[in-house]
Amino acid sequence: MKKQILLFVPLLMFAALSVFFFEALKLRETRSNSELTSALIDRPFPEFALPGLDNRMHTRDDLVGEVRLVNVWGSWCPSCRDEHPFLEELTRRGVSIVGLNYKDTPDAAIQWLQVFGDIYDFHIQDQSGRLGLDLGVYGAPETFLIDRMGVIRYKRVGVVNEAIWEEQIKPRYLAFGGLLNTPEAP
Amino acid sequence: MFPEFGLMALSMAAAISLCLAVVPAVGVRFESTQLMRLADPFAALLFLLILVSYIYLTLSFLQDDFSVLYVVNHSNSQLPWYYKFSAVWGSHEGSMLLWVLVLAAWTLAVSLFSRHLPDNFRALALASQGILTAGFVFFVLLTSNPFERMLPFPAPDGADLNPLLQDIGLIIHPPMLYMGYVGFSVAFSFAIAALILGRFDKAWAEWLRPWTNAAWLFLTLGISLGSWWAYYELGWGGWWFWDPVENASLMPWLLGTALVHSLSVSRTRNLFHSWTILLAIFSFSLSLLGTFLVRSGVLTSVHAFASDPERGAYILMFLLAVTGSALLLYALRMGKIEATEGFAPLSRESSLLFNNLIMTLFALVVLLGTLYPLVIEALGLQSVSVGPPYFNSFLLLLGVPLLLVMGYGQRARWRIDSLSQWLKQTPAPLALSLLVILMLYLLGGYRSPVMLLTIGLAAWLFLHLVADGWQRLQASGARRLMANARWWGMALAHLGLVVTTVGIGYSAHLSDAIDARMAPGDSEEVSGYRFELESFDRQNGPNYVADVATLNVYRGERRVALLQPEKRLYNARGDVMTEAGISAGVYRDLYVSMGEPLENGAWAMRLQVKPMMRWVWGGTLLMALGALVALFDRRQKGQANR
Repeated sequence: MKKQILLFVPLLMFAALSVFFFEALKLRETRSNSELTSALIDRPFPEFALPGLDNRMHTRDDLVGEVRLVNVWGSWCPSCRDEHPFLEELTRRGVSIVGLNYKDTPDAAIQWLQVFGDIYDFHIQDQSGRLGLDLGVYGAPETFLIDRMGVIRYKRVGVVNEAIWEEQIKPRYLAFGGLLNTPEAP
Repeated sequence: MFPEFGLMALSMAAAISLCLAVVPAVGVRFESTQLMRLADPFAALLFLLILVSYIYLTLSFLQDDFSVLYVVNHSNSQLPWYYKFSAVWGSHEGSMLLWVLVLAAWTLAVSLFSRHLPDNFRALALASQGILTAGFVFFVLLTSNPFERMLPFPAPDGADLNPLLQDIGLIIHPPMLYMGYVGFSVAFSFAIAALILGRFDKAWAEWLRPWTNAAWLFLTLGISLGSWWAYYELGWGGWWFWDPVENASLMPWLLGTALVHSLSVSRTRNLFHSWTILLAIFSFSLSLLGTFLVRSGVLTSVHAFASDPERGAYILMFLLAVTGSALLLYALRMGKIEATEGFAPLSRESSLLFNNLIMTLFALVVLLGTLYPLVIEALGLQSVSVGPPYFNSFLLLLGVPLLLVMGYGQRARWRIDSLSQWLKQTPAPLALSLLVILMLYLLGGYRSPVMLLTIGLAAWLFLHLVADGWQRLQASGARRLMANARWWGMALAHLGLVVTTVGIGYSAHLSDAIDARMAPGDSEEVSGYRFELESFDRQNGPNYVADVATLNVYRGERRVALLQPEKRLYNARGDVMTEAGISAGVYRDLYVSMGEPLENGAWAMRLQVKPMMRWVWGGTLLMALGALVALFDRRQKGQANR
């Protein structure tokens, strides 16, 4: 009799696994599309060696070591202008943002920053759009969250605002050990 | 009209597959040999119809029929004809059609080459193949129709095949892999037939053995090709990434390996029947599971098939029905076919049982690692991946005892082996392996204790293998040993494992890489090789433009290689591809890939020297060769013809 019961063990294990798969599938259906836009999630940020707007060279090594946002922008992009004040707010809260100046000319980019304010830790100039290609950039603005090891953890296609930050980015940012300024006591 | 013909043929195939699933089984129920034998014409017709459907899809590609959605998305008028041919399986819909074609081919093969088996057994096995084929044909028809048209406005040109897939390795990799995956369906169907008939014995194991060997052979080749392709095409210099799709192919391979060994016990001694049946069920179930994980979008991967929850739901339901009913059958019927013979703790059987345990455990480890991100997500935590360190540490943890026991197991006697015999056999290989480790240590050709251990174990296994061959030579003479295909199959496959282990040990621990900014005239040194950059040129390919770097590699004053890595820009999609420049050698690979263009005509370059890289695939080729040789086992034929 005991032996007879043992024979059912594989079936029961498989049944438990199946329940789990159905849950996973349901989860997959509810995940929003914007989270699935990049196959690069959980992959290392691609290697690059590109100049900044001050013509200093930057490589992937400059990105690692801190949980950061990499913001893809261009002076030609109107939505980037809309997004800018909130990014400025984020830097005030202690978030490090690196600017990936995408398919732009240095002169136009520098002028734009003089008008709207340079909130970026440093810049990466991707004039030809090659790095953008490696990153699977659709257009500007786009924002990547990368962890200390330089692994991409989240990608936002489109403007980042308070709601997106609070719901999508901030939990991940904190989970990967990102730091925020403690709000001043009122 | 071609696409419509193709769809019609496939629909007819769906009907025939249902006939194949039902009629022979009814024949068995009512003991009608005539009905049972209808399985053969059904199997032939099924294969023919799916082949016709497949040919029509291929014709749509070759003729640039841009009214077919699938062709528009995965081909382009500029694409060379051979890539149009292989683009058929370049994405989800077409690759599923290929899958169905391969399944029908295996079914036909079973029908043709199993005439010597009892009628009722054959009929049930073929009916089971019919059920599996029906499941997949309806999957293609309902969720993944490759013949869908975009009328009345066809596209002017296609979006092109993903450049990563425009490669010779990718022409042959998927068909090989599917031959392997789907090949295990035969083991599955034989297991079902055995369970229904309540009959399982040495003869059954003997019938199943060549089919399992053949499937294992194809899967081994398929996985090797995939890894080789990743090595030279992805441009990172890695050859195994523990990517979900790779894991999906590794799991059935591990269980298939266990099945091959379990069968060798079942055919020789009336033992391990429970194991063998379960492994036969799970090898194929894991192939289905892999398909589910990859095609449903439940896991994301670099292989990025078009993901679709609807497809995922279908495959999951199918997996549930197929594996669930097989396991239910197992639970209800297996009690009747229990083996009674025993064996001692020190014997060939116990070491093969150990092999089964290790393989199964490792398959579980891979399954857990692959599913872990899902579990975490289901618990509402953030997405994480366990990554290579997890898999690598388990590979080491399970690989060490596996290789240790294998050395002994190859030479152990069936039923009972004596301790004194074992004590006599062990000292020489042990001493020599330790000597190898000591030599490596003294000569400084190592970088970590793990590497010493790996090479030492490879030596241990190799020495036991040689000793076994020597003993057999002395005992039975050269002629009988030469004719022993079964032994040669084992020896070649195990030698393959030795070679692969050495390759992994060296390439994982002794590889060197640097990233450098290089302009023409610059040179860099890696592991004693001097890489001199000669020039950068721009070249035009058939459907891309490429920046090509030319490098000369010197060792001392002697030029050893000319490397030409490329950075390609494909016109139709604007995709950028890195083509690595590789100089392959028996003892080392030189590997150069281009990074980003920098200012003043310089490029970021990645230079790598990877020792013993070829041994990794050389070993897997030997394993496949071993499986091939074992197919020619005379005893096997002798019994089969009975």
